[in-house]
Amino acid sequence: MKILEIKHLSKSFDGLTVLKDISLSVEEGQVIGIIGPSGSGKSTLLRCATMLETMDSGELIYLGEHAVTTGDNGQAVYAPPAKLQEIQRYFGLVFQNFNLFPHFSVIKNITDALITVQKKDKGEALAIGRELLEKMGLADKENAYPYQLSGGQQQRVSIARALALNPKILFFDEPTSALDPELTGEILKVIRQLAAERMTMVIVTHEMSFARDVADHIIFMNDGVIVEEGPPEIVINNPQNERTRAFLKRFEN
Amino acid sequence: MPLSLLIQKLSEGLLVSIAIFTLTLIFSLPLGLLVAFGRMAKNPILRNIVKFYISIMRGTPLMLQLMVVYFGPYYIFGIRLSHGYRFIAAIIGFVLNYAAYFAEIYRGGIESMPLGQYEAAKLLGYSKTQTFFRIILPQVIKRILPAVTNEVITLVKDTSLAFVISVMEMFALAKAIAAAQTNMMPFIVAGVFYYIFNYVVAFASEALEKRFSYYQ
Repeated sequence: MKILEIKHLSKSFDGLTVLKDISLSVEEGQVIGIIGPSGSGKSTLLRCATMLETMDSGELIYLGEHAVTTGDNGQAVYAPPAKLQEIQRYFGLVFQNFNLFPHFSVIKNITDALITVQKKDKGEALAIGRELLEKMGLADKENAYPYQLSGGQQQRVSIARALALNPKILFFDEPTSALDPELTGEILKVIRQLAAERMTMVIVTHEMSFARDVADHIIFMNDGVIVEEGPPEIVINNPQNERTRAFLKRFEN
Repeated sequence: MPLSLLIQKLSEGLLVSIAIFTLTLIFSLPLGLLVAFGRMAKNPILRNIVKFYISIMRGTPLMLQLMVVYFGPYYIFGIRLSHGYRFIAAIIGFVLNYAAYFAEIYRGGIESMPLGQYEAAKLLGYSKTQTFFRIILPQVIKRILPAVTNEVITLVKDTSLAFVISVMEMFALAKAIAAAQTNMMPFIVAGVFYYIFNYVVAFASEALEKRFSYYQ
């Protein structure tokens, strides 16, 4: 079953094209790694897919439901707000810099949306939150505030927060880029665990060896286009495209 | 006049000052938020009207504004208002003026919030109203508390301006008694009262800041 389909997505900022005719689809349980140099449009692609940024043209489809269609004039047409709100529930996003709510405790960061948005009762929300914290190895941090946690712990809370809403697909926007190198491991471990549980994920990352290990499909982007894609053994270990090879060379050793 | 009687008289004036102070805050703090929304509105007409209002409120003396509110209805519209209108005029004048200042403080606080907070809330499905009242505003309050305290302390002292429209608050009384008795004592006592008043305000604000210090 296709969880996400993007067709012919284009996006430009003030006449500068950042995404050109991007198409991709994500099957249930698939883990997609998006790699590429900075400025290649990876993050913008995620932001368009999560509707933080509006696309100029193309289609965006979650579980067969259209969030964005192409109008007669070739421009993107967004579904009505009520529909978008419904579709919004299908996906979650883990930000590069966590974006936790500093005034909420760890548990409240995770449960507040369950209670306020999904109208679950407090006990149920708390149970979900605690189970996720347990899973993230943060059971003892329930009542801490974000500022009291390390970057790696904060990122794990933000993953728990996204998972609490039970999304069909989870996006990661460079989840380890804001972390000290010694803390990236704990995040990668969590993502690996989620992959083992067949969570559908799209991960923008600079961690090449991680992308190779965890993803079953790699997309290499450059200058707003998908230059090369395929299984990691091919795209990362044996790239066919000159640009991909040049990019990956910098990550050797 | 014995000191005890003077203190008693000025205390009556102080109650009026406290009434002006309290009513002004009750109305201007929420009104300021509405004004801030207007100031940040996408609609350019609304935004510019509000911008103009704020610039008038900040650009002319509060004393003059009080006089306009008090005398305006008669001189401009020929409406005769009862004697009790003095106090209401004072409240209207103070509220309109302070709402403008508070609005700019709110705006600064709201605009200083990182975009990521809005984006995280959106991804979690919060509506715009929920995002503002649950995520943004509580953090804004913490950020703007020192600036609001400043305004509130100024307000304590500004209540004395109500004397220009003959509202019998503490300063008006002190002035009247001083003139009648030809001595300085009423002013000194009034000064001590204002100082104590502000000391309490500063104390309350510090307690409030402490309440918000549970996170960084």
